Amino acid sequence: MTGILSLIVFSPLIGVAALVALKLLGQTGERADSAARWIALATTLTTLALSGLMLAQFDGSSAGFQFIEDFAAFSGIHYRMGVDGISVLFVVLTAFLMPICIAASWTSIKDRVGEYMIAFLLLEVLVIGVFTALDLILFYVFFEFSLVPMFLIIGIWGGKRRVYAAFKFFLYTLLGSVLMLAAILAMIGITGTSSIPELMTHKFDPMLQTWLWLAFFASFAVKMPMWPVHTWLPDAHVEAPTAGSVILAGILLKLGGYGFMRFSLPMFPQASEVWAPLVFGLSVIAIIYTSLVAFRQTDIKKLIAYSSVAHMGFVTMGIFSGNAVGEQGALYQMISHGVISGALFLCVGVVYDRMHTREIAFYGGLTQRMPWYAAVFLLFTMGNVGLPGTSGFVGEIMTMTGTYQASTWTALLAATGVILSAVYALSLYRRVMFGEISNPALAQINDLTWREVAIFLPLIVSTLFLGVYPASIFNITDASVQALVGAYRAATGG
Amino acid sequence: MSHQLIVTILLFAPLLAAAIAGLQGRRIGNIASQSVTTGLLFLACALSWTTFLGVAMGDWPDFTVKLLPFINVGDFQSAWSIRIDTLSSVMLVVVTSVSSLVHLYSWGYMAEDDSRPRFFAYLSLFTFAMLALVTAADFMQLFFGWEGVGLASYLLIGFWYKKPTASAAAIKAFVVNRVGDFGFALGIMTCFWMFGSIEFSEVFPKVAALAGTSWSFAGHSFPAMDLVCCLLFIGAMGKSAQFFLHTWLPDAMEGPTPVSALIHAATMVTAGVYMVCLLSPMFEYAPVARNVVTLVGAVTALFAATVGLAQNDIKRVIAYSTCSQLGYMFFAAGVGAYQAAMFHLFTHAFFKALLFLGAGSVIHGMHHEQDMRKMGGLWKYLPVTYAVMMIGTLAITGVGIPGLDLGFAGFYSKDSIIEVSWAAGRDNGIAQFAFVISLLAAALTAFYSWRLVFMTFHGTRKWGADAATAHAHDDHATSAQIETHDEPLADDHAHAHDDHGHGHDLHPHESPLTMMVPLVLLSIGAVFAGGVFIAWFVGHDQAAFWAGSLFNSATNHVLHEMHEAPTWVKLAPLVVTITGTLIAWYAYIPKEGMGARIAANKGPLWSFLYNKWFFDEIYEATFVRGAKLLGDLFWKGGDQKLIDGLGPDGVAAASVAVGKGTGRLQTGYVYHYAFVMLLGIAGLLTYALFQFRG
Repeated sequence: MTGILSLIVFSPLIGVAALVALKLLGQTGERADSAARWIALATTLTTLALSGLMLAQFDGSSAGFQFIEDFAAFSGIHYRMGVDGISVLFVVLTAFLMPICIAASWTSIKDRVGEYMIAFLLLEVLVIGVFTALDLILFYVFFEFSLVPMFLIIGIWGGKRRVYAAFKFFLYTLLGSVLMLAAILAMIGITGTSSIPELMTHKFDPMLQTWLWLAFFASFAVKMPMWPVHTWLPDAHVEAPTAGSVILAGILLKLGGYGFMRFSLPMFPQASEVWAPLVFGLSVIAIIYTSLVAFRQTDIKKLIAYSSVAHMGFVTMGIFSGNAVGEQGALYQMISHGVISGALFLCVGVVYDRMHTREIAFYGGLTQRMPWYAAVFLLFTMGNVGLPGTSGFVGEIMTMTGTYQASTWTALLAATGVILSAVYALSLYRRVMFGEISNPALAQINDLTWREVAIFLPLIVSTLFLGVYPASIFNITDASVQALVGAYRAATGG
Repeated sequence: MSHQLIVTILLFAPLLAAAIAGLQGRRIGNIASQSVTTGLLFLACALSWTTFLGVAMGDWPDFTVKLLPFINVGDFQSAWSIRIDTLSSVMLVVVTSVSSLVHLYSWGYMAEDDSRPRFFAYLSLFTFAMLALVTAADFMQLFFGWEGVGLASYLLIGFWYKKPTASAAAIKAFVVNRVGDFGFALGIMTCFWMFGSIEFSEVFPKVAALAGTSWSFAGHSFPAMDLVCCLLFIGAMGKSAQFFLHTWLPDAMEGPTPVSALIHAATMVTAGVYMVCLLSPMFEYAPVARNVVTLVGAVTALFAATVGLAQNDIKRVIAYSTCSQLGYMFFAAGVGAYQAAMFHLFTHAFFKALLFLGAGSVIHGMHHEQDMRKMGGLWKYLPVTYAVMMIGTLAITGVGIPGLDLGFAGFYSKDSIIEVSWAAGRDNGIAQFAFVISLLAAALTAFYSWRLVFMTFHGTRKWGADAATAHAHDDHATSAQIETHDEPLADDHAHAHDDHGHGHDLHPHESPLTMMVPLVLLSIGAVFAGGVFIAWFVGHDQAAFWAGSLFNSATNHVLHEMHEAPTWVKLAPLVVTITGTLIAWYAYIPKEGMGARIAANKGPLWSFLYNKWFFDEIYEATFVRGAKLLGDLFWKGGDQKLIDGLGPDGVAAASVAVGKGTGRLQTGYVYHYAFVMLLGIAGLLTYALFQFRG
């Protein structure tokens, strides 16, 4: 199956080529837009099928990288690709969410449809590239370029304050990237290699580790985002179109967590151990602080964006717990959050498409007119709250359990998050869904359409399946996580 | 059928019922939804009794069906499983018996509601979660069931979602339970790292070795078993509405009455007691934790009983009564008599469900009136309801003849608890305290229970044509006060009930057969559940009956010592009960109106009780307001002023100023940014490549 990764990464380019051709042929109007949508959907579904094929061939009992591709491109630069138990699920998650995003944009995007679809397909190329690259330079290219399509999606198809939001997004992420680049250059200079698998076994000097760790941390902390560099996220979400939010919350935030697990922990284990208390502190602040902020929001999307920050606090905490339960929990929390937060943003999109406002106060009593929507929104709200039986629970309990070993205080404080998430999520649900319909504008609002049901269905199935049978996922990730933890323990003498 | 198949069917029948009614309810209609759910529940009930009798008689061995692995990371092993032993099969019987009767009852009670499939789906979903809870073989599935019943409770309390008080009560229930689950989750984590497992079968054998060791948690060193048990008990306090975490239970009465009977009386709220009994192998080695359990249980028993004295809403009185009875169960477990706790759980399920469903029948007959001050003299109009409520009241007050050992269900179970707390109290001050409370609370129980019967069924009619005169006696100010809370009770059915009216042409009517049959069946339980099962639960056969599913350490002889209780201890419960009953009779029959006059005076004690010890007010002022203030502070002060003000806004503001200079916000200049961004990345990359080559 060698070559399957490149096939997956670059398959969306076929769609891009078709869309560009459509443009060059001078096709415009409704028919061209419709064609663009179908092309994008077919392309993303193809990529999904390919990644499914890859997953089926993936050997969960092997800790190392699989489907490796490696050839020297020019002047010593290697094109290296591969996946292991830590990255493989992110590839599948990206490929899974993309067709959903295309379908969710079916009617809500009417302007520059072709360009919009191109942006999404390019984004898919770049993001899957990040998760499969096994070379530092290649990783960096994918990592940084992935900013561009997202930046355009927010800046062109966004809301009223899109320029402010796009700029803030750009400013923060670029700042972190510069530091990471410096670190990457230093690593290459010292070791003479840019191969990630080789660097993972290289033993850096502890003092140097600290600097490299901090540089990577700057970049990944912004991506996560961790408190206090999180304020770009709510703005970016509020201005982004629905599908943009889905990808932003579902995939782009995971780049940070993936980075911690791929670079910080295996390459700089001593520094990770030294700085773990900092991460724990920031994670706990993120959980408590942003949960309370979420509670006070008046905009549905902003509330969910803040809750994302809180949920990512569990991830960072779990990663730096340094034990298998914590790592698996963090990984699971990321996958689960990709599904649930994506679904929640789609839930916002449903009412936004109908009423063009996200003000919580505008709504109320929707259950009466939209019973199926009420059920769907409830399921994902419960997932967000971390109810057992949904995927949200598994990650939360495991990251907390893992962290408990490293710091009982952190686990204790983080556990207050399970109370606070219920407070903000249920009060949102109540204000939007319960009560009588008092706003006359809502009197004729309609329940989910078949297209919307089709979009939600895979997300519902995933949330419940991942909630009931997480063992199926752990079978895939276990060997790689055990190897990661084993190496970390050996390096830190734990 | 194999045993494994029987229990698998009985577990999944309610889930199937919920799925059918929930997803297809609109298509197949009301009657089909009700028939499917009720039918499957009765099937589960029959299979539960089969299982229970099989296990109790010793025909069936204890066994565990492993269905599917759940979490499998290192030592963190959990599987979806069905663990059957005496303890879990007792719970199976309690849950499915009450649940199937409540399903049947709801045919009549909910007949006028327009979303019946949803209601029955929620009831069945609840039953599934509860069965998953009681058959768990590890802490993860226990927690799944635990939060699952919490979800069902949330959905059912908020069933009438248009009513603001109902949705507020639903959130309150969920959040307060989450506070308990916070402790529960920490307990599970502690357990995992302490024992290296979360499976009961792995954990329990290791307890003895770890007793007496200490464990460091949050910067302090604690006795290991006491710490883990106390943390887990916080979860039990939330679910079973014990002191400090009880505030959600009275508000939960916003849900339809069958829900109150099933979830908030007979089954879900007893999950905390079940948990402590299930974990008896751990609690037996945690003397401090057991004292905490005893103390919290005793305080709750007394606190809730006092509040129950002054409430006027028929359902709230029973809710506080439940809270109080749960306190009894806890201190029984706390003093080491898990058998007595489970016995009271068992009998209580029957008579408390009976009382709630009876109250529901009254409410139904009175066209959704719940204020007892507007009832009176109903016995003539609701004779069957009156009879079953009498039985329920005789059962809860524990009426019986000590010498002959003959009485209603509560007589056996409550007296067992009083006697074990006496026995344990001989060398434990806290158990002694619990013993005193148990007698005091028994008197209060008799008073508020009979007060309920007298206010509702006896005395002058305060409804219909007589209402005008009766209202003159009432204090309208206090009436208005309770009204702000209870008003929507009339509103919630306004669409269906406006035609009935609440005025002078009110005709109380007896309930339909679907409601009567469950009442009669539960009455049988309320009469006989004690006498028939006492030998198994706490008597001679208890060791053989429980067959090791409840654990008593070698030094715990409390169940034997209870038989040493002197005559005065055996007689005391009856004496205090009769005293309470007589006071209630005096105040509400010959001196009718005395209660209203006390209420009208608004004395400090009455206000204190009527306002439930001001718990809601205190929590509102501290936690709710505190969370809002902090949230605003972090948002507007932290995020907006501090972080953004110092960080990106300066730069962003400058860029927007530049943007304004170039004209209207055009997408063209977004491209401009993107171009700069690309240039930047390309530049950095080029630099990187050169570095690499050199």
